[in-house]
Amino acid sequence: MLLQGRSIAKGTGTGPLLITDTPISFLGGVDPKTGIVIDESHPLLGKSITGKVLVFPYGKGSTVGSYVLYALAKNHAAPAAIINTECETIIATGAIIAEIPTIDRLNGVLPTDGVVTVDGTSGTVSFA
Amino acid sequence: MELDKYDQALLNGEYGETKQKMMEILLALGKIYEAEKFIEVKSVQVSGASFKTIGDAGLSWLNTLSGKAVVPSFLNPIGMPRDEWQNLGIPDDFAKKQLEVNAAYARLGIRLTCTCTPYYFNIIERGDHLAWSESSAVSYVNSVLGARTNREGGPSALAAALTGKTPYYGLHIVKNRVPQIDFHIDDPAATKSWTNAHYGALGIIAGAISGNRIPFFTDIRPNRDMLKSLGAAMAASGAVALYHVNEITPETRFPFFKKHIEEDDREVVEIEVAEIEELFGSLEADVIALGCPHLSEEELEELASLLENRRVVMPFYIFAAEELRAKHPDLCNKILSSGAKIVPDTCMVVSPLMDKAGVVMTNSGKAFTYLPGMCKATPLLGTLEECVRAGCGE
Repeated sequence: MLLQGRSIAKGTGTGPLLITDTPISFLGGVDPKTGIVIDESHPLLGKSITGKVLVFPYGKGSTVGSYVLYALAKNHAAPAAIINTECETIIATGAIIAEIPTIDRLNGVLPTDGVVTVDGTSGTVSFA
Repeated sequence: MELDKYDQALLNGEYGETKQKMMEILLALGKIYEAEKFIEVKSVQVSGASFKTIGDAGLSWLNTLSGKAVVPSFLNPIGMPRDEWQNLGIPDDFAKKQLEVNAAYARLGIRLTCTCTPYYFNIIERGDHLAWSESSAVSYVNSVLGARTNREGGPSALAAALTGKTPYYGLHIVKNRVPQIDFHIDDPAATKSWTNAHYGALGIIAGAISGNRIPFFTDIRPNRDMLKSLGAAMAASGAVALYHVNEITPETRFPFFKKHIEEDDREVVEIEVAEIEELFGSLEADVIALGCPHLSEEELEELASLLENRRVVMPFYIFAAEELRAKHPDLCNKILSSGAKIVPDTCMVVSPLMDKAGVVMTNSGKAFTYLPGMCKATPLLGTLEECVRAGCGE
C-alpha cells in the first residue's frame, strides 16, 4: 500500500509505527538524550520514539522544540520519520535541521501498527 | 511555490549546504502557510540568542552552520552583558556557553546588537518587508512603523538572514493586516493620565483576549513609548504581532483600512479602567527591573532625571541597548551615581539575573507576564515613578 501526503522534510526512514492523537511538545516533553517521552500528561509517557515512525497531529509549545529534534538526532535518539496530520513550523523546522524525513496530509488511513517506510522527498508512506 | 533562479539555486545546494538547508526551512514554511512565492527582506532580527533559551542543542546546531548573512541582521538580547558579566554574578559555565553562542552568530555575519529594540538604531520604513523574531520588536515595527513581518522563529529568521528571502504570507500581505477585534475603554478621559505602565497593563488584558487576532483600539492617544509598552505586553499575554490605534498608528490613516474599519464586522470588547488599575499591586519589592523592552532615549532621560540626587536601597537594574548607553554617557552617569545598574545586551527575562529574585517590581506589562514562568519570580507592576520611589526606599 502506498499513501500520498505532502513533503515537508526530505529523506527516507523505515520503522515501526508509534501513533498518538495528542499533539507533542518536544521542549520538556521528550528527553533529548534518550528519546523517551517525559511529558506526564502525554499518552505516550515512558515510551521511546527512537527509530519509530512517529505519527501525531502536530507540534505545540515552545519553538525551542525545533532544537530538541536536532539534539535527538545528534544523540542517535531521533524517530526514523514523522507523519503529521498538519505540520506546523516547530516540527517542520526541527525535522529539516535534524534531517528526519517528515510528511503530512496523508490521503488515506495508516494501519494501527507494523513497519512502514516514509519517503519525505516524494511525500509518500508505504507498508505491506 | 513559484521559485526564481536564485531560490532554485539555493535549494540545489549551489550556495553550499547551510544555505540549502536554510532554503528548505523557508520552503517548508511557505508550504505550511500556502505562500505563492518568496520575497526579499530588507533586514532580519534573529532570536534564540540567549543560552538560557536555546541550550546545548541550539548551540551545537549553530556550530554546524557556515556562510554569511546577506542582509543587515541584528541579534536579539543575549543572556548577559558581553563585557561586564563578571560583575553581575553570572555563573562562569553559563558565561562560557553564552560566549560560544555569540561567536557562532558573529561567524554567520549576524551583528551582535543584542537588543530587542534595533528599530531605534536602524531606519525602518513603512511597507518594508522584514523577517524579525522578537515578539515586541515584531509588534513595534508592524504596528507603530508600518513595516511588514511575520513573527519568525530563531531558525527561520536565521534562514532569512543567510538567504535574504522569506515566504510571502501572513502579515506581508496587506489584506491580512486589517483589524479583527475592537477594544473600547469605559472611561476614555481617565486614559489621559496613563503612563507606560498603564499601557502595559492594558496590553496584558487585551492580549489575552485577542489571542492571535489583530486588535483595533479607539479612545486612547498613546505616544511611541506607550505604544511600545502596549504592544510588548499583548505579544506576551497573547500572540499579537500587529495592532492598530485609530488615528495614531500609520495604517489606520489609509483609505483601504478606513474602509475595512467601517465595514467589517468584529467582536467588540470593553475594558474597564478599574481592571487596569487592579493590576497595580501593593507588595514590598525586593528588586527593581526596568527596560523591558529596552529603553528609548526618552525613557533614559526620564530615569536620569528621576534618579538624580537619589540613592537606591535595593538591587535596581535598568536594561538598555549598548548602543544607547554609548550614546548618552552623561545620562548614564547620573543614573549610576544613584547606585542603580545599567545592564546592556541582555534583559530581565533571558538572563539568569532575575531567577528566583523574589518580588520584582517593573513598569513593564511584558515582564509582568513572563517573570513568573521564565524566572520563578513574583512580579509587581508600578509606574516608572513608583518603581524609582520603591527602589529608593521612599
